[in-house]
Amino acid sequence: MSAVGNNSVEEQKTAGPDAPVDASVDLSVDLAEVEKFSKMAAEWWDPHGNFKPLHQLNPVRMTFIRDLVFKHYNLSARDGFRSASALSGLRILDIGCGGGLLTEPMTRLGGDVTGSDVSEKNIKTASVHAEEQGLTIDYRVATAEELAREVARNAKSEVGALYDVITSMEVIEHVADIDAFMEAAASLLKPGGIMLLATLNRTLKSYALAIIGAEYILNWLPHHTHDWNRFLTPKELAALVQRHGLTPGEAVGVTLNPLRGEWRVSKDVAVNYMLSATKG
Amino acid sequence: MSSAESVYGGFDTDVTIVGGGLNGLSMALALASADFKVALVDALDPQEALAAGIDGRVFAIAFASCRMFEALGLWDALKADAQPINDIMVTDGTVRGGASPLFLHFDHREIGDEPLGHLMESGHMRRVLTKAVMAAPNIDFRAPAKVVDQASDAYGFTVTLEDGATIRAPVALASDGRGSRLRKWAGIKTVGWSYDQIGIVTTVEHEDDHEGIAQEFFLPSGPFAILPMTGRRASLVWTEKTRAAKAILALSPERFMEELRARFGDYLGAIKTAGPVWSYPLDLKLARDYIAPRLALIGDAAHGIHPIAGQGLNMGLRDVAMMAQVLTDAARLGEDIGSALVLERYQLARRFDNTFNSLAMDGLNRLFSNDIAPVRLARDLGLGLVNRFGPARRFFMRQAGGDVGDLPRLLKGEGL
Repeated sequence: MSAVGNNSVEEQKTAGPDAPVDASVDLSVDLAEVEKFSKMAAEWWDPHGNFKPLHQLNPVRMTFIRDLVFKHYNLSARDGFRSASALSGLRILDIGCGGGLLTEPMTRLGGDVTGSDVSEKNIKTASVHAEEQGLTIDYRVATAEELAREVARNAKSEVGALYDVITSMEVIEHVADIDAFMEAAASLLKPGGIMLLATLNRTLKSYALAIIGAEYILNWLPHHTHDWNRFLTPKELAALVQRHGLTPGEAVGVTLNPLRGEWRVSKDVAVNYMLSATKG
Repeated sequence: MSSAESVYGGFDTDVTIVGGGLNGLSMALALASADFKVALVDALDPQEALAAGIDGRVFAIAFASCRMFEALGLWDALKADAQPINDIMVTDGTVRGGASPLFLHFDHREIGDEPLGHLMESGHMRRVLTKAVMAAPNIDFRAPAKVVDQASDAYGFTVTLEDGATIRAPVALASDGRGSRLRKWAGIKTVGWSYDQIGIVTTVEHEDDHEGIAQEFFLPSGPFAILPMTGRRASLVWTEKTRAAKAILALSPERFMEELRARFGDYLGAIKTAGPVWSYPLDLKLARDYIAPRLALIGDAAHGIHPIAGQGLNMGLRDVAMMAQVLTDAARLGEDIGSALVLERYQLARRFDNTFNSLAMDGLNRLFSNDIAPVRLARDLGLGLVNRFGPARRFFMRQAGGDVGDLPRLLKGEGL
């Protein structure tokens, strides 16, 4: 997630591809620790706090995910469905889950959800927040590559099960080796599965808005959250997923109405956009 | 949402509604129609609500509100005792002096075939809605029951009832009226003032057919409204300055009818009393905020207004429709329905509209509740102008019918 980009990038560099998978974050160890992460969760989830832009963006992202998953798996119509069972029976992985802004809604909609993040802080924060609400979410401190190796090692057991849906939103622009990332992510997806990505386009407009506007003028995001040179154009992202055996869908733009603070899906992909990709 | 179990872990229900008046009952039914699990707490014994005569008021239910009841499957039962309003006549006048020659005429045929709204007795509505709530499998109706304590935390809102039972949900809705206990507890301030007016309400029978025409006479002491009811009956909403009202209410029944006839006139033939006399002090009370952590205000808890144009309940029903939509859309995105992010959408959608309406009604009352000659002339000319100017007249009609702005789905007659 973009707002924690600093952490993600740094820790991804230091963690390295061979760091061991910490699949069991033990929360019962230290009460002071839990309290610390509970406070951080409150910050993560404060709609007026540091993560305000992500909270504002979230309904559009969730609508995109829900509607495309519904369409892909021929699930119930958009209106009148039972919320608690809308995504039931689907194994879902969110790569770069941050504080759990997407994993929680997908769990409430009935999905069997795993969230991964390279930041241990994020995972502890997300775990505490989910636990306090009685939501069951499988959280892992791991890179996509680590998860892929773990799944490959355990291909014959339950641990090695692949995912019906993979989401990774505002993550790829922080990734150092995008091919290694996508290869791992694609290998985690079941044949017939769907992947949903969101990122920033590399245009003059995105430079003006996401770097100068969001980081320096509005102070929405910490400085150096984004490295504009790493942004992928929709064409480049489509080519990337294709290189790893996926079929890209149409890129969908997301634009902000600054007066209402409301994000909407649009045809304008110049700054934020989302892309779906299917396997096989 | 499954009716068997709340998706929001560790909760007794999805939504707790405190206050089971017309807004609270409608709120529970609207949410139940979208599969929410609802707890509705009301102090009144439902048996009392089902008995006749608890409330003398008659409500003008705007066309859009009727569509919502239709979408919720309640309209057939409500319609059984509803009087369509075909025309509204607004006139300025003096007691015994008759109506001034300039008047305003709203005819429903100008904006379509549908009536402008329906008039319904409060008691009738309450009976129909109470029965529906009692029959709804996903509404846990706690009545008679009183809330004695409440608390909000990071994830939910808990109310404690007199018998010690607690109900915890991700969000609580306060529809507990003008004196809202939950609003006070949450420290939400109100702005408002008393009108030094009392609304006298009673029912009369009359000789001639009213043809579904509602009359509003603007008398110097306040508006005098004649609202057509089913049969040859009409409900009167008679506004007087507090001191005069107290004197009128103290009169013998014969003298009371004499005063009433002087204002009602004889355009419907002879009239006689057909029900008890009720009185309500009039004031304006607007909440500054509609939301607090894990709590939102609906209906009179958020806005108690002057009943001059019959907009109070319709504003409450618009709150209901918008809240039901906001919560349903949020649940279908898997959002935490009690989070500030979600509740703010409701506040954004309703607060401005309600405040605008309340102040418009306040202005109307101030404009008409006096006898200053130049003001009188100006408003007579104003009425005449609006009447002659089609677009303005149609604007007022749509406004009163609730058919304006960005309507929530229920008010368009669509399901959630």
